Amino acid sequence: MAIRSFFAPFLFFALCSYSSLTPVLSLYEDQVGLMDWHQQYIGKVKQAVFSTQKTGRRRVIVSTEENVIASLDLRHGEIFWRHLLGSNDVIDGIDIGLGKYVITLSSGGSVLRSWNLPDGQMMWESSLQGPKHSKSLLLVPTNLKIEKDNVIVVFSNGRLHAVSCIDGEVLWNKDFEAESFEALQVIQPPGSDLIYVVGFAASSQFEMYQINARNGELLKHERATFSSGFLREVSLVSSETVVALDSTGSILLTISFQNGEISFQQTPISSLVEDPSGPAVIIPSSVPGIFAIKTNAFTIFIRVIGEGKLEVVEKTNHETTVSNVLPISEGQQAFALVQHAGSEIHLAVKIAHDWDGNLLKESIKMDQQRGLVHKVFINNYIRTDRSHGFRVLIVMEDHSLLLLQQGAIVWSREDGLASVIDVTASELPVERDGVSVAKVEHNLFEWLKGHMLKLKGTLMLASPEDVAAIQSMRLKSSEKSKMTRDHNGFRKLLVVLTRAGKLFALHTGDGRIVWSHFLQSLHKSGTCQSPIGLNLYQWQVPHHHAMDENPSVLVISRCGPSSDAPVVLSFVDTYTGKELNSLSLVHGVVQVIPLPYTDSTEQRLHLLIDSDKHAHLYPTTSEALRIFKREFSNIYWYSVEDHNGIIKGHALKCKCTDEAADEFCFDTRDLWSVVFPSESGKIIATVTRKLNEVVHTQAKVIADQDVMYKYISRNLLFVATVAPKGSGEIGSVTPEESWLVAYLIDTVTGRILHRVTHHGARGPVHAVFSENWIVYHYFNLRAHRYEMSVIEIYDQSRADNKDVWKLVLGKHNLSSPISLFSRPEVITKSQSYFFTHSVKAIAVTSTAKGITSKQLLVGTIGDQVLALDKRFLDPRRSVNPTQAEKEEGIIPLTDSLPIIPQSYVTHALRVEGLRGIITVPAKLESTTLVFAHGVDLFFTQLAPSRTYDSLTEDFSYALLLLTIVALVAAIFVTWRLSERKELQDKWR
Amino acid sequence: MDTIKVVAAIILTIYLFPFLSFGFQSDELLVDDEEFGLEGAPQPRFPEPTSTRSAPVTTATRKRHSDLDSDSKIEFSLDHAFGDSDFSPAGTFSARIKTWSHGGQTLTKLRFSRNNFTNEEQKKFKNLLESDDFYRIRLPSNVLSPPGRDFIISSVKARCLPREGLDEHFVIHMEGVNVLAVNYGSPGSCSYPRNLKLPVKWSFSSYTVLKNSEQAPRAPIFTEEILGGENGGGEVVQPPERSFWAKYWMYLIPLGLIIMNAITQAMNMPEEQATGQVAGTVQRGPSSAARRR
Repeated sequence: MAIRSFFAPFLFFALCSYSSLTPVLSLYEDQVGLMDWHQQYIGKVKQAVFSTQKTGRRRVIVSTEENVIASLDLRHGEIFWRHLLGSNDVIDGIDIGLGKYVITLSSGGSVLRSWNLPDGQMMWESSLQGPKHSKSLLLVPTNLKIEKDNVIVVFSNGRLHAVSCIDGEVLWNKDFEAESFEALQVIQPPGSDLIYVVGFAASSQFEMYQINARNGELLKHERATFSSGFLREVSLVSSETVVALDSTGSILLTISFQNGEISFQQTPISSLVEDPSGPAVIIPSSVPGIFAIKTNAFTIFIRVIGEGKLEVVEKTNHETTVSNVLPISEGQQAFALVQHAGSEIHLAVKIAHDWDGNLLKESIKMDQQRGLVHKVFINNYIRTDRSHGFRVLIVMEDHSLLLLQQGAIVWSREDGLASVIDVTASELPVERDGVSVAKVEHNLFEWLKGHMLKLKGTLMLASPEDVAAIQSMRLKSSEKSKMTRDHNGFRKLLVVLTRAGKLFALHTGDGRIVWSHFLQSLHKSGTCQSPIGLNLYQWQVPHHHAMDENPSVLVISRCGPSSDAPVVLSFVDTYTGKELNSLSLVHGVVQVIPLPYTDSTEQRLHLLIDSDKHAHLYPTTSEALRIFKREFSNIYWYSVEDHNGIIKGHALKCKCTDEAADEFCFDTRDLWSVVFPSESGKIIATVTRKLNEVVHTQAKVIADQDVMYKYISRNLLFVATVAPKGSGEIGSVTPEESWLVAYLIDTVTGRILHRVTHHGARGPVHAVFSENWIVYHYFNLRAHRYEMSVIEIYDQSRADNKDVWKLVLGKHNLSSPISLFSRPEVITKSQSYFFTHSVKAIAVTSTAKGITSKQLLVGTIGDQVLALDKRFLDPRRSVNPTQAEKEEGIIPLTDSLPIIPQSYVTHALRVEGLRGIITVPAKLESTTLVFAHGVDLFFTQLAPSRTYDSLTEDFSYALLLLTIVALVAAIFVTWRLSERKELQDKWR
Repeated sequence: MDTIKVVAAIILTIYLFPFLSFGFQSDELLVDDEEFGLEGAPQPRFPEPTSTRSAPVTTATRKRHSDLDSDSKIEFSLDHAFGDSDFSPAGTFSARIKTWSHGGQTLTKLRFSRNNFTNEEQKKFKNLLESDDFYRIRLPSNVLSPPGRDFIISSVKARCLPREGLDEHFVIHMEGVNVLAVNYGSPGSCSYPRNLKLPVKWSFSSYTVLKNSEQAPRAPIFTEEILGGENGGGEVVQPPERSFWAKYWMYLIPLGLIIMNAITQAMNMPEEQATGQVAGTVQRGPSSAARRR
């Protein structure tokens, strides 16, 4: 009896505590940052302006190639504020006006904006129009005033504007209508009311306009012709002298336009240097009295003495970069010079008129491979001993940004991560005995204290301090940032390739950079001036040899954009970041096909197709060749020629017939082709399934105990074409002349399995293909809304296998091999829904076994990632689902897809400039890892069907233990009590 | 109920809308009933894949319809290749061009005449069968001005074709007068592994189908009254209302236990006092067993 009365409250208590553990789909506020991380970047810096006012924080304003303007803390390199302008709003110039406004000129010189320096709020924006397209130049003179108004001078679109710094009002403008005039410099000599606009016209004419800065009146217009023409760069050596090169690059021209008179001085380079070795180019700079030219072998610094006389001051064959000019005192101007010498860089700060004396000379050891210095920006400060100190901001070849001061790197930013071009995931090392990284829990007391706190939290007894302590404990838990594999597969390395050609490994636990490697093949070198990284492939993923082999990735890089440019394959160890090997290929690469075969060392076989349609097998081992030969006739691939609308299917034919070719080269042949008529179809999207996607079951049980078989083929290609007219801007086409056709093509036989036309629809199309369905997003011109359509494809040839008796007697065809050469018997189901957002990227969650239901991850225009349940995009949704359908989980039909604010994966954060979303399955079936990249990086874990297969992280084991102990104790006590009672009863 | 009717009517109109007003690009393929023996068959309202089952037709038995309009009749040839050999003529497609009032042109009445294999071709085909190689065919991509921009190629493993004779199946995807793609293969399945089997008769039975694009179903447009303003999306996400038991079972079970406990205790007390220890033990056994279940 008593047992029961004791037991009941405990049971009640235990049940209550369990029910409170029901997991939730969205995050609670205190869970932010537990499993996700977010990193902010700005991209490669184009221009930097320092703002070091006496008061306030030291900061530097930068504009970048990712179209970001940002204010960075000079002490730590953190971002104060940041704005991402659109990709069609390229920043042409930045400056600081009145010491408190950041002025930016963008969109080819047509948009001028002013931002408040402390907080980055926009003050005003003005649109500057002009008669023709031209180079845009921004000039913010310090002391030019028109009626107490500070003036910004902008040359853009063939027109010179003077804009008020206070409100952005255009004070005056002046057109330069001469057809071929190309402005190169806008000069405002300090202390005068004149503006000079100099430039070239008709390639051989130098023109100079003198303009009154107060009202835009043209005072003087001079021109002079130089018969052999000019190169399009000038260097400003004083406010009334520029230096240019003639069109052959061998004669220096000193052009002076003092008092409105143009005079030329010619100096052949060969008279200055004995061996000029080829044509020279001018390095644009504005150091008074000195300019630099660059030939193939040398960088030459030349001083201008007096009336157009030139004198070489230095000739160096090191890579040299010159900074901007910094006025330090009356009449004195300093500039910085950075030279490479091995792993060190030498920094020298000089006064403009005194080449031989150095204000500062330092050499700085680079901590890692960063390549060449691309840009230098100089700034000064007053040292404690009242002398001038200098700090420089340098931009490296790998797009990183470094601040140098007192011979050391004060801070560095890895801004190459703002332009990720490819991502792959790699496992971490297996935890080995002896080298265990895991720390033993500090001591028992700490452990108990931690669990007591958790217990308090669970029982809602915790005070605010306790809550804070719990939070910090969770964040600190070193568990998630360990360098070993975990049981659930949450810890991985994300290997990313950036546009600069640097490879980074990011830890999924906290996003830190585990290693980075600037590939040798992606350095700019004499043989290759513009190397580009193409793709990243998993080369070796050891499972059987996980203890003694490291996984590696294959990086494919090419010299320049043309498809037959030389290609380098680099193999990089993902644990250490070491380049294991690199191969320079003799053939070009158009297409890389990872094959589904691995050799005995678990290296994946790759087929590289070159521009002559030869296939090359890698790795070049005899074992790989043997495996390849075995599967020779089962290898098919396709190629898309989107410029002329042809898709072709290919297969292997035989060994290469060229004598020069090795045994790993194979001839190919065309098997099929699909030609889209050029007047009605332009390919705008092609999507296939992910190679590593796992599908759990082919059968799908639908409402009335019926089964449908998904048509699951790895060889399906989704193609979307639009009317050629409809591929322009939105608004350029009427609904009647715009359509979108979606195709499903089998890539082995070239069969079109499904083809559907959406009239009145247009691109851009974003699509995702998973299992047997495709979801695509496009714009509906008739409804003036974005739409998402789903196509599901089912296999009818297996549809007869519903009879139990057939299955029992083995008369089914479920285990027979499928040949794609059979006539396909498929049916498709499709449905369209409206969707509010325009989309930047679409991905789908992927899990280890493919059991968990799927969610679509939609990168919205607001740079957030929205998780949308696939059930909303079910083609079988109907207005009134039957009871059976409701049980199956079919949602009643609505015309648009719901956007639930809680289902934003990125919660309150924004992944600025979102470009791609990558999902990686964790080992735990319910969970998938999501990595979104753009200018920012974001990572999180997602459980589309909630974590049904594990306890949540904040599960209190102590509470469970306590409950069990208490129950056991209670059982014993009551047992004793009842014993005693029975004894008493017996004695009665 | 009324609203549902209204909705049904609206949806119906929406679905019919494209066919009523925008007959545009109507890829409707007019099937000549007479030719395909579909007399009395209802005209398909919109383009079903039109099976022009031209049955085993060979040049010898085929007769030209003299009543065809000569200026709108076209022919285009089918070429074939054995393995990697060059293409050579293999047969002729003939069709009529139907010009629509809006200017679009489509093909109708597709017929196909296949040339028989010559002895040499037969030998080549046997070689293909033995080496399990590809039999390739090609069509011009534009039937008015062949070959158009490029040829449409399709291939099939030769071993898929032989049955009794040689069976082949064409699905020609058209876009106006342009051939987009051709699905070529055996009319049935082609089992894997492919076994070597020589045909008994060296004549082709060809099946040809012309296909045009289907219209996508429109996104359903609901009127405001159904949506009920903004909570249309909200309705969907709300889980269905659960029953009282489903919601509170975790409280009800312990509560039930407590109550039962109390009752039995209350019942036991007087009984024990009244009947003494024997009855008490007897009573306790079953009742506790019952409760533990």
